Amino acid sequence: MGLATLFEGTRAEGRAALVGYLPAGYPTVDASIELLKGMIDAGCDLVEVGVPYSDPVMDGPVIQAAAVEALGNGFRLRDVFRVVEAVSAHGGKAVVMTYWNPVHRYGVDAFSRDLAAAGGLGIITPDLIPDEAAEWMTASTEHGLDRIFLVAPSSSDERIASTVKASSGFVYATAVMGVTGARDAVGSAAAGLVARTRAHTTLPVAVGLGVRSGAQAAEVAAFADAVIVGSAFVTRAASGVDSVRELAAELAAGVRKAPTPIG
Amino acid sequence: MSPNSTAHQAEAPSPHDPDERGHFGPYGGRFMPEALIGALDELTAEYDKARLDPEFTGEFARLLRDYAGRPSLLTEAPRFAEHAGGARVFLKREDLNHTGSHKINNVLGQALLTKRMGKKRVIAETGAGQHGVATATACALMGLDCVVYMGEVDTERQALNVARMKLLGAEVIPVKSGSRTLKDAINEALRDWVTNVDTTHYLLGTAAGGHPFPLMVRNFHKVIGIEARAQILDLAGRLPDVVTACVGGGSNAIGIFHGFIDDADVRLVGIEPGGHGIESGEHGATLSEGSPGMLHGALSYLLQDEDGQTVEAYSISAGLDYPGVGPEHAWLKDTARAEYRSVTDDEAMAAFKLLSRTEGIIPAIESAHALAGALKLGQELGPEGLILVNLSGRGDKDMDTAAKYFGFYEES
Repeated sequence: MGLATLFEGTRAEGRAALVGYLPAGYPTVDASIELLKGMIDAGCDLVEVGVPYSDPVMDGPVIQAAAVEALGNGFRLRDVFRVVEAVSAHGGKAVVMTYWNPVHRYGVDAFSRDLAAAGGLGIITPDLIPDEAAEWMTASTEHGLDRIFLVAPSSSDERIASTVKASSGFVYATAVMGVTGARDAVGSAAAGLVARTRAHTTLPVAVGLGVRSGAQAAEVAAFADAVIVGSAFVTRAASGVDSVRELAAELAAGVRKAPTPIG
Repeated sequence: MSPNSTAHQAEAPSPHDPDERGHFGPYGGRFMPEALIGALDELTAEYDKARLDPEFTGEFARLLRDYAGRPSLLTEAPRFAEHAGGARVFLKREDLNHTGSHKINNVLGQALLTKRMGKKRVIAETGAGQHGVATATACALMGLDCVVYMGEVDTERQALNVARMKLLGAEVIPVKSGSRTLKDAINEALRDWVTNVDTTHYLLGTAAGGHPFPLMVRNFHKVIGIEARAQILDLAGRLPDVVTACVGGGSNAIGIFHGFIDDADVRLVGIEPGGHGIESGEHGATLSEGSPGMLHGALSYLLQDEDGQTVEAYSISAGLDYPGVGPEHAWLKDTARAEYRSVTDDEAMAAFKLLSRTEGIIPAIESAHALAGALKLGQELGPEGLILVNLSGRGDKDMDTAAKYFGFYEES
């Protein structure tokens, strides 16, 4: 399994993994492929390929605008498989991050089958909780995909326990209560949430929402197994591949810094 | 029937309740971010306690009576009915409630719950502004901070309601994303909620969204149907052949339908906005033309393209142009307990003018859709027919739209 191998590798190196997000089709399908290749070349251990969606309620202005632009430029759902395939062929590792309705509409089993065939490793599901995921549990097992569910600072210990039990690959911890977007300070709730999550699982715990700099990446890397960066990459994408590579390199250096005590 | 027992009856557990995770058949549930699940659990627990608590149902009943003005009247509309194949037509007068629509029922119930949960801040979405005005009203009454999200397009076509909300002390935030209408106002309210969930209750205005909203909002509106059933038995001596109501998100319809849901001989007919006509593609007929999908937290019918992207709805009525619909309506459709059809903008506006000129009652354009549906149902039923229409709101807010539609500004 790709994700297990990935985290064995980063744990052996004594560091956190760097995970970069970019919507497929932003600004165009071909351009998004080049941007994702650049992110991988410059140090992203894993990329999250986003599915642009008409009603992204978990996303802040940056990713909303990117989704609007990608859809306006003609993104079709099947394009996500082409993007994942290109990332895999380039030697990168990819998971898909998507709101659930496009998958539901495509057919959960068909989407899983086509994603696995493209070399995708799993799906991050921001608006699908395990309680509603029976079809996805079956399809992911059938097609060998990882199920990356989210935990939040507001999750009770009971919910964390049931969510990590349904998860595989890694667990996505949302660092702050709020929508996606770069922040000056990563939520202080993040370390506590990671600790609460670890009490229930040995799966790697990745922290997302808000990271935009190497220093912040180093801070999060001190307590998480992976640092997820989204909006900051999307902002850089508007300036082209070099700008994205520069950010990836800075963040990659960040996750390799010796852990510094927090606070 | 006393208001107390009506409220108690509305909130009592029933065989029509969803399962404990909020499913009506396959529909409903919670397709929501994990970050909001804690708040939905808290709300569910509080509502489950409150609905069985005589102190809560008693206070709710008192507010409905002494503040909202319930019970609302049932009015026969004989001159209007002459255009409905001679069938008898009765109007459930939700337009006479305080703030001018059925929305006040749900708002008072949820505002009471907000206080029980110890939250001080309320957010809401609004389309036509009816729910926003009702929410601002309840927040003024109960001393709660109020923020209303409203699509920028709607703030323009419903400027009067924006002014009303501001006067009542609410902050109105125009939403500039997406189609800049109701759907996007809900998106923005959800973004606010996920950020401020500790202090804030999201006072959702229709019987949609993640569990427990479809159940709770329905129950707060069941008073409409319970009253109407007793009133029509009293005035007409029998149950109606058809109960009809407009369906956007579906809250007024689900409220009146539930008064008759166990009366197997009473047809329940929801009227959706057909906009410029189904064939034009510009409509909001979610149940008639949509397919199952998730939007705003529940599985229901949805206007979507083949990739699962939401398709923008259209209607002349700002309160009906929503591409989703409450999940219980999806279940009532699939089980054939209710029927859903659509009328166009033009048919609704003709009924709007007709009721105004035959009965001296100016309906909301939303409610005019139900009236247009009743005109057709009356033709189908003939003179023996008996039709109950939920007149969900009054039309004062729609005067600018109507004046433009009928060309009144050019005449003067």
